[in-house]
Amino acid sequence: MSEIDMLASPDTAKTGPSGAAVVALDCKGLLCPLPVYRASQAISRLEPGAVLRVECTDPGSLADFPAFARQRNLTLLSATERDGVQVFELRKVADA
Amino acid sequence: MSGQTARDRRSGNGNGRRRRLALVASKGTLDGAYPPLILAATAASLGWEVGIFFTFYGLDIIHRKKHKKLKVASLANPAMPVSVPNLVGALPGMTAAATAMMKGWMKRSNLPGIPQFLDMARESGVKLFACSTTMGVMGVRAKDLVEGADIAGATAFLDYAADADVSLFV
Repeated sequence: MSEIDMLASPDTAKTGPSGAAVVALDCKGLLCPLPVYRASQAISRLEPGAVLRVECTDPGSLADFPAFARQRNLTLLSATERDGVQVFELRKVADA
Repeated sequence: MSGQTARDRRSGNGNGRRRRLALVASKGTLDGAYPPLILAATAASLGWEVGIFFTFYGLDIIHRKKHKKLKVASLANPAMPVSVPNLVGALPGMTAAATAMMKGWMKRSNLPGIPQFLDMARESGVKLFACSTTMGVMGVRAKDLVEGADIAGATAFLDYAADADVSLFV
């Protein structure tokens, strides 16, 4: 993965069951601080109510994303881990 | 700034303002440059204000030319993954070898280099304070610094750090 790819913006957008936009961000293979850095950039581009779905493999993410949600005033809808991949769903509730 | 109220709730300290991180970066090695830049990029991602005071050898991190060629010490560095006796570490080429090794780890780990981290920091609004005393002592001129660096003395930095919620010396 090139350094450009590491910092690239999320490109997958779809609509979730609630009708809110869900933006997917693939941070697999990236270490701290890149998952949170990229998630922060993605959140800034989202409309309030939209959901960001982040996939990570850095084991530190399990501690980092709940903290990220607290600091950025996001709602952490879910945090799951399966086969070494952590998935976090964050809802932008304010001008985060 | 729009959304100031939401921002205050989000990461404020209860006094109606954003949280603030004040860092002192005092080391000019490749391994010494990563921690302050990683902390700065992270704090900015959390919505915090961040300022870094680059002092003594740490000034090399924002030196226009030197920041691209920071090195890892091979001599008297007991943290090397392979135990290198000091007599061997002193040999020509060993610093380059230790530096190449760390750059290899970073690349394999998908971590950006120092120039990219500096770009990330500046794009995130991180304040870069260049220690004016160090500049005087080491003969560094304003034009030797990367773009976006602000020349300041310890007083200006301490004034900034006095309002910080987290202050760290790296």
